[in-house]
Amino acid sequence: MDLNAIAEYLPLFGEAALLTVKLGILGIIFSIIIGLICAVVQYYKVPVIRRIVSVYIEISRNTPLLVQLFFIYYGLPKVGIPTDAETCGIAGLAFLGGSYMAEAFRSGLESVDKIQTESAYSLGMNKMQTMRYVILPQAISVSIPAFVANVIFLMKETSVFSAISLLDLMFMAKDLMGMYNDTVEALCLLVGFYLIILLPISIVGTIVERRVRRAGFGS
Amino acid sequence: MADALLTIDNIVKRFGDNTILDGISFSVKKSEVIVIVGPSGCGKSTLLRCINALEPIQDGKITLDGEVIERNSKTLPLLRQRIGMVFQSYDLFPHLTVLDNILLAPCKVQKRDKEEVKQEAMSLLERVGLKEKAKSYPRELSGGQKQRVAIVRALCMHPEILLFDEVTAALDPEMVREVLDVMLDLAKQGRTMLIVTHEMQFARAIADRIIFLDNGKIVEEATPDEFFDNPKTERAKQFLNTFEFDSVRAKKELAE
Ligand SMILES: Nc1ncnc2c1ncn2[C@@H]1O[C@H](COP(=O)(O)OP(=O)(O)OP(=O)(O)O)[C@@H](O)[C@H]1O
Ligand SMILES: [Mg+2]
Repeated sequence: MDLNAIAEYLPLFGEAALLTVKLGILGIIFSIIIGLICAVVQYYKVPVIRRIVSVYIEISRNTPLLVQLFFIYYGLPKVGIPTDAETCGIAGLAFLGGSYMAEAFRSGLESVDKIQTESAYSLGMNKMQTMRYVILPQAISVSIPAFVANVIFLMKETSVFSAISLLDLMFMAKDLMGMYNDTVEALCLLVGFYLIILLPISIVGTIVERRVRRAGFGS
Repeated sequence: MADALLTIDNIVKRFGDNTILDGISFSVKKSEVIVIVGPSGCGKSTLLRCINALEPIQDGKITLDGEVIERNSKTLPLLRQRIGMVFQSYDLFPHLTVLDNILLAPCKVQKRDKEEVKQEAMSLLERVGLKEKAKSYPRELSGGQKQRVAIVRALCMHPEILLFDEVTAALDPEMVREVLDVMLDLAKQGRTMLIVTHEMQFARAIADRIIFLDNGKIVEEATPDEFFDNPKTERAKQFLNTFEFDSVRAKKELAE
């Protein structure tokens, strides 16, 4: 292994890692927002919108991220919506992640006993207040394990971003392997950087999960 | 009745084809304590749930101080603030401490000053003997303690009427008393209450009026003494009999 090559590529990979993390985090934030909205719509069985949500969830879960990205990146400009690669990456990840987050939150919401809603109502809370102060806090803590798994899953999915010419970690590795003959070095850096990104998430996730389980509500 | 606080006017409640409440009418005056009794499944819980519109009714009208309680109306949350309810199953919010359970609705719904509500909450908790549990979570309380907190939580909203649905039914016998004592105390303070219970001695002690419900109708409505000593209807007699036990020993001796 050529340490000089590694030292030389390090800054390039560092930059690529930053892009991966940035797009990943933004995509996940939007996934959470989409997921929450979809889960609440399904929880309240909002007519019509609920059907739209379930169609979205089926499409999102049953097509690969790569295909979703191609649609957004090559498809949208064809119908007159201009796109740049970074926005597409974020949008694609959010499109995929939204449905996974929705499922995680929905099962959390459904785990909250009906009596909780009723006692909130009988204290004079409206639907919004009941959702915000009573149901969501309980639902979210139930959803944490699924939520953490989704965050890790989505971070890993960022590896297909190179397909729409985003200069992420994958792109960098392929590029360097193609240009020079430093395959081993490039691969080591690729794996190393993904581990640097994902291990902390995994560890923090485990700690949070354990904390929540220890707090374990239940009566 | 001119001075009725809560009026139930000929309400009908069906679950599908099953008529649970079939033309129920009565009213509750200010400071009155009414106890509803009746066999299991006769619709006592359903009646209370209809009163704060947790269940829709198919016919009739319920009014609080002249205002109609209607599902899906804009004023429903406001009306519900004026009606306190305590359920049979423990309904505290498990993610909040005892104190936060009590503060939530007064602060977020009525937008009252947090310090002021906190003081009130603490003095009420002291009154029911739970001051030192303010920072505990519901899971750390016994059933009886949870129900006392639920009562304080309802009281802190300053309701005009309190509904109790068999609040001691899920409790171990030794915890029943501590909860009933709190309710007796409330009655002494002149609170308006509508109580469903299977504790007949308690009903007799606390009620101004007893309503006996069976088959979806009010079968008897009387003072406690009348109802327990001289029930007028056969059904009420049968119902009261289910709480009596014939001495087995006497029977054994007879047989010998
Ligand atoms: N959501 C529901 N759907 C269908 N039927 C219901 C529903 N809730 C209650 N019922 C029926 O309505 C009837 C009255 O129930 P309710 O709980 O009001 O009785 P209750 O008098 O409170 O009985 P208990 O003393 O056992 O608490 C019962 O026959 C019950 O099966
Ligand atoms: Mg009941």
